[in-house]
Amino acid sequence: MSAAAEGQAPHVGIRFAKAGRGLTEATLRRIDEAIARYPEKRSALLPALWLAQQEQGFCSLEAQEQIAEKIGVSPAFVAGVVSFYTMYHTQPVGRHVVDVCTTVSCWLRGSDELVGHLESSLGIKVGQTTPDGRITLRTVECLGSCGTAPMCQIGDDYHEDLTFAKIDKILDGMT
Amino acid sequence: MGALTEKVLLRHTSHDDQTDLDAALERGAYQVLGKALKMQPDALVEEVKKSGLRGRGGAGFPTGLKWTFMPKETSKPKYLVVNADESEPGTFKDRLLMERDPHLCLEGFLISAFAMKASVIFIYIRGEFVHPWRMLDEAITQARAKGYIGKNVLGSGWDVDVILHRGAGAYICGEETALMESLEGKRGYPRLKPPFPASYGVYGNPTTINNVETLAIVPFIVERGADWFLGIGKEKNAGPKLFCMSGHLKRPGVYEAELGIPLMTLINDQCGGMLNPARKLKAVIPGGSSAAVMTAAECADLPMDFDTLAAKGSMLGSAGVMVMDESVCMVRACERVLKFYAHESCGQCTPCRIGADWIYRIVSRVEHGGGTTADLDTLVSVCDGMVGKTICVFADAAALPAKSFVAKFRNEFLDHISMKGCPTKGIPAGAR
Repeated sequence: MSAAAEGQAPHVGIRFAKAGRGLTEATLRRIDEAIARYPEKRSALLPALWLAQQEQGFCSLEAQEQIAEKIGVSPAFVAGVVSFYTMYHTQPVGRHVVDVCTTVSCWLRGSDELVGHLESSLGIKVGQTTPDGRITLRTVECLGSCGTAPMCQIGDDYHEDLTFAKIDKILDGMT
Repeated sequence: MGALTEKVLLRHTSHDDQTDLDAALERGAYQVLGKALKMQPDALVEEVKKSGLRGRGGAGFPTGLKWTFMPKETSKPKYLVVNADESEPGTFKDRLLMERDPHLCLEGFLISAFAMKASVIFIYIRGEFVHPWRMLDEAITQARAKGYIGKNVLGSGWDVDVILHRGAGAYICGEETALMESLEGKRGYPRLKPPFPASYGVYGNPTTINNVETLAIVPFIVERGADWFLGIGKEKNAGPKLFCMSGHLKRPGVYEAELGIPLMTLINDQCGGMLNPARKLKAVIPGGSSAAVMTAAECADLPMDFDTLAAKGSMLGSAGVMVMDESVCMVRACERVLKFYAHESCGQCTPCRIGADWIYRIVSRVEHGGGTTADLDTLVSVCDGMVGKTICVFADAAALPAKSFVAKFRNEFLDHISMKGCPTKGIPAGAR
C-alpha cells in the first residue's frame, strides 16, 4: 500500500458503468439454470452476478437490470448487492486483475515490498490499470493463504510463496 | 499433551488424486456414511454430544448440543449449512481440507445432515476459493453419481440435496446469519438474534450451521466412538485440531495436534522455530486477528486450547496463529490488523461502522507521527463504545485486539508519539 493512502478511510465511492449491451442469450440461460437450483430464486442473485461478470468482465448496469428482472427484485436492490461484495467489478478492469494480499501474515512476509515492486515495475499505483489494459493492480484483505505468504490472486488462481522474480515471471507470461 | 500419534484429518491430504473417487473409496471414503445411515439419527447426535466436540470455526460452541436445538417435529424443511467462508486473517485450514480431501469433507457433511434429518446441505464457500470450489464441485458430482447424494441415499430412505454456493468477497459473511442473508441473495448483514438459526435460519426454516473442520471430524467420531475423541487433548477441550501457523516461522503451514499443545511446541518442534533464528519471538496472535495479541512472555507456557486462551483474555478462535519476531513494530502490526476491520465492517451498526474506521485512523496517525497521548485514551474509549453494542461480534473482534495491543505494547505507542513517527520506519522483517 502506498504511503499516501495510509490512514485514509479504505472505503471508496462506487461508480457503476454501462457495457453498451446486455447479456447474451447463453448467459441468460445459465442464469435461469442457476435460479432452478435453489428453493427460492433470489438465492441465485450472487451466482447470476458471477455469470454476468464472467461474460462482460464486470457487472454492468445493463446486466444488473436484466438480472433484477429475472430474479424479481428492483435494479436498486441488485446494485446494493453488487456494491457490498468486493469481488464484483462495477466498471471495466484490466485483462488480468492482480489482487495482492496485504493482511497481517502477508505483511509480515513482505507484502508491502511486493506491492512497491509491482507499482514500480508496472508503472501504476494500486487501484490503477496499465495503459494497455493488461493489468489492474489491487490490494485485498486476507485470502486464506497465510502459510504461503506473500501471495496474490490473479483471476481464479492463487500464486503463493512469491518473490520478486517469481511474480515477474508470472506477469511476463500474461498477455 | 502435544503431537498426535497418527494423523487424523490430514491422513490423506498428501495424495494428489483427490478428484479420483475410486482412489478415495480405496482409502475408505464413505464407509462411515454407510455405517451411519444404518444408525438412528438421534444416536449419532448423542455420540457427537458425548464426544464434547467444540466448533472449530471460532466460537468453540459444543457441536452436539447445537444439533439438539433443531426442532424434532416440524413440517418445515431442515437445512445444514456448511460455513466454508474461511476469512479470519491467519486461517487457512478449511481450504486445505476442501482442496486436499473433498470426499472426507462431503462424508462429514452428509453424516451430520443425516443426524439432523436435514434435506438440503448448503455449502457456502468464499468467492476467492475458486480451486477448493472446483474440487468440491467435482466431488459432489461424483458422490451424486454413486448415490451418496440424492433420493434414498444408499437405500436408507433419506433424501438429501447438496447446493454449493459461492460468495463474492465479504469477511462478514462468515458470521452465521450474515452468511444466511448472503445465501438468500442479499447484502451480508448479520441478523438480530434471537431467533437463532435452529428455529429461523435459511428462508426462515430450521438451520444448523457448522464449520468445515468441525464436520470433517464427525466421521472419525462415528467410526471410532466418542471415547476415542475424548482420549485426545484435555477435559472440555478434546480432540485433534488443525493449527494454521504463519508469520516469522521456518516452516509455516497447517499442523494437526492435540488441543492443548503448548504454543512453543508448535513453533519450535512442528514449524522448525523462527524464520530467522537470530531474532527472538516478540508476539503471537493465537486465534486469528480477532484474538488479543500475546507477548513472548505470555507465550512461554501457553497450552493452545479454548479455555486456557479465554482465561488469559484472548481466544483460540479459528486457531490462526500469527507469529512475529522482534523486528516487528507493534504499532504498525496493530494498524494492519485494524485496517482489515475498517475495510470489512458491514456498516449496519453505527458503533462498528464509525468505530472500526476511527480506531484504525487513530493507530495509523500514531504510526505515522501525528499521534498524541490523548489519542490512546480516545482509542480505548472508542473501543469501549463498540464492544457489546452491535448486532454481531464483529465490533468486539476489532476493538478487543486493538485494546490488547495498546495495553501490552503501550511503550511502543508512547515512543511513536514522542518521536513523532515509527522508530523502525515500519519496515517489516519478512521481505525477501
